[in-house]
Amino acid sequence: MIAAAGGLVAAPPPAAAEVAAIDLRGVSKHYPGAAGTSVHALGPIDLHIPTGSFVAVVGPSGCGKSTLLRLVAGLEMPDGGTMMRYGTPLDAPSHEVGIVFQEHVLFPWNTVLENVLLPADVLALPKAAARERALRLLEMTGLIAFANHRPQMLSGGMRQRAALCRALLADPRLLLLDEPFGALDALTREELSLELSGLWQDLGRTAFLITHDIEEAILLSDRVLVMSPRPGRIRADIAIDLPRPRNADTPALPRFQELKKQIRDIIFDRRA
Amino acid sequence: MKSSSSSRFADRATIPAVYLALLVAWEVSVRVFAIPAWILPAPTEIGRTALKWAPELGFNSLVTLRETLVGFGLAIALSLPLAVLIALNATARRLLYPILLGLQSVPKVAVAPLIILWLGLSEWPKIVIVILVCFFPILVNLIAGLEAAPRTMLDLMRSLGASQHMIFRRLRIPVALPHFFTGCKVAVTFAVIGSVIGEFVAAQEGLGYLILISTSQSQTPLAFAAIALLTLLSIALFHGIEWIERRVVDWTP
Ligand SMILES: Nc1ncnc2c1ncn2[C@@H]1O[C@H](COP(=O)(O)OP(=O)(O)OP(=O)(O)O)[C@@H](O)[C@H]1O
Ligand SMILES: [Mg+2]
Repeated sequence: MIAAAGGLVAAPPPAAAEVAAIDLRGVSKHYPGAAGTSVHALGPIDLHIPTGSFVAVVGPSGCGKSTLLRLVAGLEMPDGGTMMRYGTPLDAPSHEVGIVFQEHVLFPWNTVLENVLLPADVLALPKAAARERALRLLEMTGLIAFANHRPQMLSGGMRQRAALCRALLADPRLLLLDEPFGALDALTREELSLELSGLWQDLGRTAFLITHDIEEAILLSDRVLVMSPRPGRIRADIAIDLPRPRNADTPALPRFQELKKQIRDIIFDRRA
Repeated sequence: MKSSSSSRFADRATIPAVYLALLVAWEVSVRVFAIPAWILPAPTEIGRTALKWAPELGFNSLVTLRETLVGFGLAIALSLPLAVLIALNATARRLLYPILLGLQSVPKVAVAPLIILWLGLSEWPKIVIVILVCFFPILVNLIAGLEAAPRTMLDLMRSLGASQHMIFRRLRIPVALPHFFTGCKVAVTFAVIGSVIGEFVAAQEGLGYLILISTSQSQTPLAFAAIALLTLLSIALFHGIEWIERRVVDWTP
């Protein structure tokens, strides 16, 4: 599964028994720019996220990572190409998908618990069960003492954790993460990354992570996709063959450092 | 600690002290220059008159307060559905906005006699004038508030597949509330003015009516007392709304 570093996208895997969570083919996106021009933000790219895997995308700022995530989320429609989600055409958001946005986006007029319960309200899930699950998620992320606080009382890292709890509340089959820890300091980042890694492992779900932190991508993922500058294309698809569960010692492994160098070389276009 | 609390006391005492000094200056000028009371009464003279006429002032204040509050309440009740309609529907917006803007641009004082001609001598013409004077700031702020939801939050709701109704309840309304209260605070002071306009044109009661007859009879101190009450009424209503706002919108620092 280790793709050749240096340009080509990994060939789609052979027809698996399980249908892919996400399958994009030849997808591209332009945005209207100033004075009738158009900004070519993304693609055309192919993206394949097998069910049960953790896929990360790294790339320079402005290369279209968020655009890719918004397409996968069904919040934006592509100019061309086909998009499939669990074998059906992807043309609208789905309640089976949980999203953590680049900005944490919590409602300041609601408490942390009410924020986490938002999907339950929107999807009209049974109240008592949803509440129980919300409290359990807050417990797991160390936020239980703040359940009845407003999010503005929380630190940046706690807010991101609350946003993660909300994304996980409705037990999504697919979790989309847009630089969930981007605004945090390195220490909190690593702590939250490992926390997420553990959570994801426990829940056994599919996840798609966008980040510009190479270490974070390697630490969490089964595969790391490297994107080129705008208009973003996928330059390489690298399998991360590190053992799980991963922990704070994982980055010290020689293989981790090798992978990191490999990815850095691709990003900075150095010959391996 | 000590010095900061005493300086805070000084801060708080400064403003009342300035007001008091102005009153004293007024009192002294009236006495020194022997200005007749029918031109400019001294504050003590106004106070004396207010005490003498307390029952009449009280009764007429209540009349004006009632007109103001009923008109203000109806203006809110009218603005809510209109704002929702205009915020949601582009056609409604293009159709209604020019009409509402036109209504707002008509000088209310000029149409007041017409409204009284149409509605007769009840309290309704006054209430209608209050509505006309104060619905616009409420409406405009409410529309702006309903459209102020950030794109990131709308994306979040959309990603959950939320209905328009749900987006309104969980997102647009909370975002609109601070705007709504801003509109209300502007509008409520207009509402008091609206009542007085109505009472000036045709009325047998209310503070506006009291001002009109007391000046026509050179009872200037009584007119001043009524004006002072109108001012206090306006300020009290403003702070009343602010008080409610602080309790409802408790998430902004
Ligand atoms: N709604 C929009 N309208 C117009 N242009 C947009 C819009 N959203 C993104 N773009 C443009 O598309 C390009 C890609 O943006 P995108 O947000 O996907 O980048 P990104 O890789 O997520 O960047 P970052 O790492 O800084 O978050 C940028 O050039 C941006 O200016
Ligand atoms: Mg982005």
